[in-house]
Amino acid sequence: MKWSTKKKLIGFAFVLPWIVGFLLFTLYPLIETIRYSFSDVRVQVGGVRMTGVGLDNYVQVLMGDTAFLTDLPGYLEQILLYVPMTLVFSIILSLLLNRAFAGKKLFRALFFLPVVLMSGPLIANIQSLDADTLSGVKTFFLYQLIDRSFPEFLAVPLLYIFDNIIMILWYCGVQILIFLAGLQKVDSSVYEAARVDGASRWQQFWKITLPTLRPFILINGIYAIVDISNSSTNSITAMIKESMFQTTKGYGFAAAASYLYFLVMLLILLLAVLLLGRGMLERRPKPEKRPKPKRRAKAKRAAKSQA
Amino acid sequence: MTITRRKHRINKAKIRKLMVGNGEREGLLMRIVTYILLIAISFVFLYPILKMLSRSLMGPYDSANPLVDWIPTSLYLSNFSRAYQVLGGYKTILVSIGVMLLIAVVETLSSAVIAYGFAKFEFRGRMILFVLMLSTFLIPSQITFLPNYVMFNKYGMLQSIFPILIPSIFGQGIRQALFILIFYQFYRMSPPSLDEAASIDGAGPLKIFWKINFCMATPALVVVLIFAFVWNWNETNLTSSYFGNEITTLPVALDNFVTRYSMLFPSNNQGTNVSNLETQLSEGIQMAGTLISILPLMLLYVLVERKLVESIDRSGITGE
Repeated sequence: MKWSTKKKLIGFAFVLPWIVGFLLFTLYPLIETIRYSFSDVRVQVGGVRMTGVGLDNYVQVLMGDTAFLTDLPGYLEQILLYVPMTLVFSIILSLLLNRAFAGKKLFRALFFLPVVLMSGPLIANIQSLDADTLSGVKTFFLYQLIDRSFPEFLAVPLLYIFDNIIMILWYCGVQILIFLAGLQKVDSSVYEAARVDGASRWQQFWKITLPTLRPFILINGIYAIVDISNSSTNSITAMIKESMFQTTKGYGFAAAASYLYFLVMLLILLLAVLLLGRGMLERRPKPEKRPKPKRRAKAKRAAKSQA
Repeated sequence: MTITRRKHRINKAKIRKLMVGNGEREGLLMRIVTYILLIAISFVFLYPILKMLSRSLMGPYDSANPLVDWIPTSLYLSNFSRAYQVLGGYKTILVSIGVMLLIAVVETLSSAVIAYGFAKFEFRGRMILFVLMLSTFLIPSQITFLPNYVMFNKYGMLQSIFPILIPSIFGQGIRQALFILIFYQFYRMSPPSLDEAASIDGAGPLKIFWKINFCMATPALVVVLIFAFVWNWNETNLTSSYFGNEITTLPVALDNFVTRYSMLFPSNNQGTNVSNLETQLSEGIQMAGTLISILPLMLLYVLVERKLVESIDRSGITGE
């Protein structure tokens, strides 16, 4: 066997476990769930019995049952405010951490702690204790000011941020690390040059730091959306899990609901990519095309045989 | 007269430089502001845990007393011993650690193997497969849960660790796309000349993978192992459904804390007399249970934090 073919086969062999797993535990379930969503599913001793009901499950999720549609605005609100706020806070925190000062490692360790601890039951217990909101925040001067004198369309999101500040910060851990790694990529001579040219810190941030961080903003935005959507504290996720084992709703209902939820999530992701990744694809230089070694060898051999 | 004024002016400039700083050095004022900001943010970060800690030391009277905010009037350390009992004691802790460690190790190994194939070899469809692999990160687990559940049920594998372990072997574990990506980035950084040299010296592909690439990938290994452990530990939706009553992990025990408590300490819920308040599940006990359940992770984090951050820096997660 030729070496290049053999090498290809070896590479394929390393990836093979993933392909098998993907077909068995991801693709097959994905298709099976589509079938569930169009059927009335009954679990019996011998397996699953499905009878086709057309779009009934989807109609049930969207019109018959109120849980999905009543939970959806809350989820959208959470995404709409959490994702931008985690991005803003993690950029600020990574900028704070990206300087030399005593105790830097301690603070960094602290900010990353929630990533390690965060789990559904923990959050549930924190919420039951009302410890997810700072207890004094409502008497805070700024809070009162916004509550009283700001127009409603501004006050509602701002107060939401105040109320959820702890959880927003808790979702920042991974993003802070990624931004920190991104910040270390900026050549310090660029800042020096900018300083010599008289750029202020503010200008340096907008003209140098932020453009460098843009690809990381996109990555972190996607990560934040997936992280929040798939967290077990999410009310829609909880609703889907509950309905699986309810006799009135069952697998078919849960399947339809989870696909609708997935669809909403994909739309949000698409929107985020369009917003955050704008103009990024065109700017990247195209990779050089390398001549394929295989063809060159073939051509050589052909030339040889001709000679 | 003029001399003193000049001196004064110089001092002013010096003080200004010291406090506010110039372009190159940060001033004292800036530093103080930074520290105040960082400490305030740290407090917000730690607020839920501090609150839990304070509440876990309170008895039922303090919890109900609106005048007691942070500091309990008397320490209720019995909360912890009771919560420890409810969670299942050392048995639950050891089982969780054992099970999750096994899953994490398996997940790390399979990620290392799969990523190697993606990173070091060219074959048809590699890019498509790689993009497909990354996109599995987006799929919410509840979409694939039902058919998988039915399938594992058919083969009689429920109530065991296999429904989590087997997908992990084949690269479909929790957030495994991320782990494969981490290894992928690391392998892409290591020079191909090493592999070529080994291959010329007669090392087979498995040997090249194991002796060179895998053994060199320590930073990626550390990061993935810790994350795989932590994320599997914290995942309760899948584990509670798959493991059933057979294997109880600490977070799942915490999730069912109330029912477990009432099974262990049955009490008549009639009236609120003193003896009843003593035996009833108080907020303090619940919070003590929560703290016990996150304690292993805290310890792990304290032990490996430095190594973890260092490895994240070195593993080149964010690309070249």
